[in-house]
Amino acid sequence: MNALTLPTRAREEWRYSDLDAVAAIWPTPAPTRIDVAAGDAAHHHMLQDAADGTAAVHDYVVTVGDGARCDFHVLNIGGRLGRVTINVKLGKGSHFELGGAILGSGDQTLEIVTSVTHAQPDATSGQTIRSILSQRATGSYLGKIAVARDAQRTDAFQSVKVMLLDRTATANAKPELEIYADDVKCAHGATVGELDKAALFYMASRGMDPATAKTLLLRSFVAGVFDSVADEAVRETLEAAAIAKLEAMV
Amino acid sequence: MLTIDTLTNEIDGKAILKGLSLTINAGEIHAIMGPNGAGKSTLAYTLGGRPGYEVTGGTATFDGADLFDLDPHERAAAGLFLGFQYPVEIPGVSNLQFLRESLNSQKRARGEKELNGGEFIRLAKEKAALLGLDMDMLKRPVNVGFSGGEKKRAEMVQMGILDPKLAILDETDSGLDIDALKIVGAGINAIMRKPDKAVLLITHYQRLLDYVKPDYVHVLAGGRIVKSGGPDLALELEREGYAEVVAA
Repeated sequence: MNALTLPTRAREEWRYSDLDAVAAIWPTPAPTRIDVAAGDAAHHHMLQDAADGTAAVHDYVVTVGDGARCDFHVLNIGGRLGRVTINVKLGKGSHFELGGAILGSGDQTLEIVTSVTHAQPDATSGQTIRSILSQRATGSYLGKIAVARDAQRTDAFQSVKVMLLDRTATANAKPELEIYADDVKCAHGATVGELDKAALFYMASRGMDPATAKTLLLRSFVAGVFDSVADEAVRETLEAAAIAKLEAMV
Repeated sequence: MLTIDTLTNEIDGKAILKGLSLTINAGEIHAIMGPNGAGKSTLAYTLGGRPGYEVTGGTATFDGADLFDLDPHERAAAGLFLGFQYPVEIPGVSNLQFLRESLNSQKRARGEKELNGGEFIRLAKEKAALLGLDMDMLKRPVNVGFSGGEKKRAEMVQMGILDPKLAILDETDSGLDIDALKIVGAGINAIMRKPDKAVLLITHYQRLLDYVKPDYVHVLAGGRIVKSGGPDLALELEREGYAEVVAA
């Protein structure tokens, strides 16, 4: 995904980005390569919590060998621009699982961009993204799934849910399916909603102040994304960072 | 404990309550009955502070404080409990988490010591047992997948844990079969039938009043209390119908 020339909006994967912020750090670092050998299981996570006003772009290129599994978790919360891209190539009968959360406020632009290629038969992939956006933040998920001609019995899903705390925030959710095999299951769903007012009143009627009630609802909204993090210390780090950001947002 | 004086309100510009007055003292149980559309639920929501239920006139004083000066969560911390006709489902938040946050928020607001995990679980167990609700139910998300009767029992467990001074129970008997009605009735008595507490029961039917004996019964019609009396008034309403009694 790295290129020599500055990206423009004409390129689909940069369409919703903050290009001025990208220009300031161009060229971005080379992608991190992850190779999961056949039959192995790998866990990776990315906590993107760059300092206020800065830009951070993290690119990953992941190869998952035959019968292997890769679990990836992303918490995208920091910086003026925070962009995490994951480019995955799946071997025969392998699995890729992504759990991602985007929590954006102020004028942040936070993005998760994935491209998952089912190159061989019998591979599966799942991507679950939860975004909470306030003020003038922009949160984008662009997810491409490519299924090669031979990749029969591919099973892939994308689930994207967004919560907008202010009408001025922007959410982009864009699935892109490119399927050349005929025995394929690809599901994608995206919803954009707001905090449930009936639930907020119910919670208030039981004594919860508005900030406590909102934080509890938002925590439950992103809960689940990090449930599958195998390493307990990593899970706690991600959850604590998510909660701290949420508390600052409400 | 609660004094409502010539209360008027509007929802979406439409007047619902039209000069309602009612006084409830500590130790008393009041029942408000009335036909559909009389404003019964509106009264409950207005006292609870639901957004959109705009007070246009009159006052309500709760334990010396101007009720309408308080936000909904402050009313709860002051000791008001609103039992919902249709309890709200909150996916992803367990009953225990919901109740612990609620109770501790109230305690923080009152400057009291918060309950730790162990203390809270003990309290929750005790109150769940009182209403015959399995603790496993309380581990599940708030009201999600609960039957109508389970929701109402869960509401009463909430009331037991939060231990309010005044409970306004909006059609708590709806959706209950006879067995559940007995349990809920006994729960209300056990939790609220005390000299320093009071209850306002809002109901369509006499049947809950067989289990929770009111000291006073009021008929709400057209946004006003049109008749008040003792427990016999409920029986008269049941026998004669609202139209007869309201016209008399």
